[in-house]
Amino acid sequence: MPSLSRRDLLRAGGVLIVSFACGPLRPRHARAQGAPGKPLDPAQVDSFLAVHADGSVTVYSGKVDVGTGLRVAIAQLAGEELGVPAERIRVIDGDTALCPDQGSTGGSNGLTRGGAEVRQAAATARQALLSLAAARLGVPPAELAIADGIVRPARGGAGAAIGELVGDRRLALTVDPNAPLRAPSTYAVVGRSLPRPDVPAKSTGRHLYVHDFTLPDMLHARVIRPAAPGATLVSVDESSIGGISGVRIVRIEDFLAVVAKDEWAAVRAAGALRAVWRETRTLPGSEELDRWTRSAPIERDQAIVERGDAVAALAGAVRLVSASYFWPFQSHASLGPACAVADVRGGRATVWSSSQGTHAMRATLARVFGFAAADVRVVFMDGSGSYGTNGGDHAAADAVLLSKTLGQPVRVQWSRQDETGWDPKGPQQLLDVRAALDRSGNIAAWDTEMWVPNAAPGARPLLAADAAGLAQEQGTNAGAVTQNGDPPYRADNVRVLVHWVKETPLALSNLRAPGKIANTFAVESMADELAVLAGADAVQFRLARLDDPRAIEVIARAAGAFGWQSRPAPNRVAAAGGLRVGRGIAYVRYKQAENYVAMAMEVAVDPATGRMAVRRVSCAHDCGLVVNPDALRNQIEGCIVQTLSRALHEEVRFDRARVASVDWASYPVLRFPEAPEIDVVLIDRPGERMFGAGEAAAAPVAAALANAVFDATGVRLRTVPFTAERVRAALA
Amino acid sequence: MPMYAFRLNGAPVSIDSWDPAQPLLYVLRGALGAHGTKYGCGLGQCGACTVLVQGRAVRSCTLPIARAAGQAITTIEGLGTPDRPDRLQAAFIAEQAAQCGYCTSGMIMAAAAFLSETPAPTADEVRQALAGNLCRCGTHTRILRAVIRASRA
Repeated sequence: MPSLSRRDLLRAGGVLIVSFACGPLRPRHARAQGAPGKPLDPAQVDSFLAVHADGSVTVYSGKVDVGTGLRVAIAQLAGEELGVPAERIRVIDGDTALCPDQGSTGGSNGLTRGGAEVRQAAATARQALLSLAAARLGVPPAELAIADGIVRPARGGAGAAIGELVGDRRLALTVDPNAPLRAPSTYAVVGRSLPRPDVPAKSTGRHLYVHDFTLPDMLHARVIRPAAPGATLVSVDESSIGGISGVRIVRIEDFLAVVAKDEWAAVRAAGALRAVWRETRTLPGSEELDRWTRSAPIERDQAIVERGDAVAALAGAVRLVSASYFWPFQSHASLGPACAVADVRGGRATVWSSSQGTHAMRATLARVFGFAAADVRVVFMDGSGSYGTNGGDHAAADAVLLSKTLGQPVRVQWSRQDETGWDPKGPQQLLDVRAALDRSGNIAAWDTEMWVPNAAPGARPLLAADAAGLAQEQGTNAGAVTQNGDPPYRADNVRVLVHWVKETPLALSNLRAPGKIANTFAVESMADELAVLAGADAVQFRLARLDDPRAIEVIARAAGAFGWQSRPAPNRVAAAGGLRVGRGIAYVRYKQAENYVAMAMEVAVDPATGRMAVRRVSCAHDCGLVVNPDALRNQIEGCIVQTLSRALHEEVRFDRARVASVDWASYPVLRFPEAPEIDVVLIDRPGERMFGAGEAAAAPVAAALANAVFDATGVRLRTVPFTAERVRAALA
Repeated sequence: MPMYAFRLNGAPVSIDSWDPAQPLLYVLRGALGAHGTKYGCGLGQCGACTVLVQGRAVRSCTLPIARAAGQAITTIEGLGTPDRPDRLQAAFIAEQAAQCGYCTSGMIMAAAAFLSETPAPTADEVRQALAGNLCRCGTHTRILRAVIRASRA
């Protein structure tokens, strides 16, 4: 069995020669073709787009489409400025050799940053196309217009096709931040529900995912990870897989993998291989994680909102409510476990990955595995939905380590247990909220204390590199988890105090709407408690404490779509069959600066079993300019259903050593019979800035649900998930 | 190596496998290059690998190749193409019933088996029929609409 030291590994590149009989070559492989010299500088128009002789356009996007519809939306934005139908625009995303670095895709910034930069490049190109046509046609640029890919004089006459004007040549232009954008009133492409180009291939099994990508002479690998994070490898019994031919074991310190030409042989071997691990019992366990979090060592305290003196005002308050809320660790739980292919040869690495941040990954892989950054190329390919940084980046590191070691292309496919057990998690969150009303019912004081994991600078460590003993950065980052901890309503004295918890039991990353679902759950549950204290209807209570007309409209529209009847909670009327039925509402201004979302939902609770059914959801959504209404609705619906799943079912369980949530039985998610009716009201504001919409509608879901359960039962749920067992206990 | 013969999307195929327990999923995605069928869990829990065996929905990740022998297997590729989708595929496209699409093949195959037995289902019947197929993106409402639409096509 080969065993390599770190120094061997860095020196090597092909010390293990593994040979197999050649299997049949399949048609699904290709070398990524580079485009030597193609500009990547985001200051250059050619970095973002190319106009071809046939009049089609290629757009290069650093932001990637993870099933969100980003590609069609970017094509619409570019097409609008260029005067080219979106159908003639091909979007290539996330290939580090072809696409500019626009930062990782996250925080719903695909359109707000990525799309906006492409749009400005296209607007600059439009001015160049007008100039080129002016010279060709002898008509001043101001008297020309581009439509359907042809530049024509506004008063009529002969035109020039953009493909003829440019014909694959580079435009060699700097992006002009002042290049005029088309007026929203003239939009012909933006604002239409163009179908996503990937859906026909996805519906017929033809779409190529990273899971489906192969290379000649590629080996299939399975990485064997211990049941306990941080365990060290004591010994491996090679004879345990003696009955499976064509399998090679690769061990590099605590990194253990099996590789084979035949994928099933690798799977069988991974299951059969006997390895002894030394586990540590250093985890706090998930059973009393709220208590652990409250008493855990604190890195520092930080008041991120401080208006007036909330603490003093609360000390003197009489109409006071206080409550604690807890959100557990949750997994991205991607349906398809992570997969990546790497080809490391001659000191160069090409990696095919579904990473949401290919440029950042390229830099990290180069640093960790000892390549020059210029010698690493990461090619984005579609993966299973990731909703943040799932196991994909780690699978890519696994593949690079193995390909570098073996000198052959390697495909690493994670198992279900790998993905659910080892993906970096969304963190646990604990919130204490105290709020008080004055005699007139104004919010006199509000204090939120939150416990969240400390963020440490640097890249998140890669599992493979840690196991193989390679030096790397040890960053901790779960995203912007402290936003929306303050109420969006008029309040005289407000404080949000963050307790940055020093250690995290499990490795973290950004999971959709990081932190903001739990924060909104706490804030909007408390707002509901104040409404009850005031004897007010939940919608009226909120409307009376808002000034922003967009906030007021979004709540009014959600309530209207729902058919909200004004009355105080809880509901006094039980429905047939002993069910308790109620409705709840929640509102968020996402990140206190972006989308306005309000959501009302109806829930039926069976007190005997503790089971609940979310019957229908009405959501009003204002993200400014709407680029593609149907793709936007799809995202909003997904935010609602996925977050209902998180609120109802999801909690990563672990004991002192091992993570116990490793598959769909031990980490259940929402199923079809629980899917509610969803009514989405889009408020389109073409003159306003566009905000990303991939996660904002997730934020109010848990709060609206908890408020509906209170309305139905008179009981507040303050700990997620709202399992039947927990609800039954709360109602007893 | 033992040979296993079956019909795949109407065409006869024969495959050698060193292991009679090798799940059909790996044979489809590997030697046969039919990558539309997806690996999701290998445990029969999620439905991403659903194919039709003699017209019935079966999890290919837990079906040994030895038991697929002699059967007629239909995968997502056997229903239609992007240019000529079958009625379910056309309905999924019309409803834009996908986000990442990783569950889509299994959803469509499970729905195909269901509609062959229940040609005019209610929405609740569709919900129950697809209870074993997981979608993580939350496209459930669209998938429900697509299956109902297909049943009326």
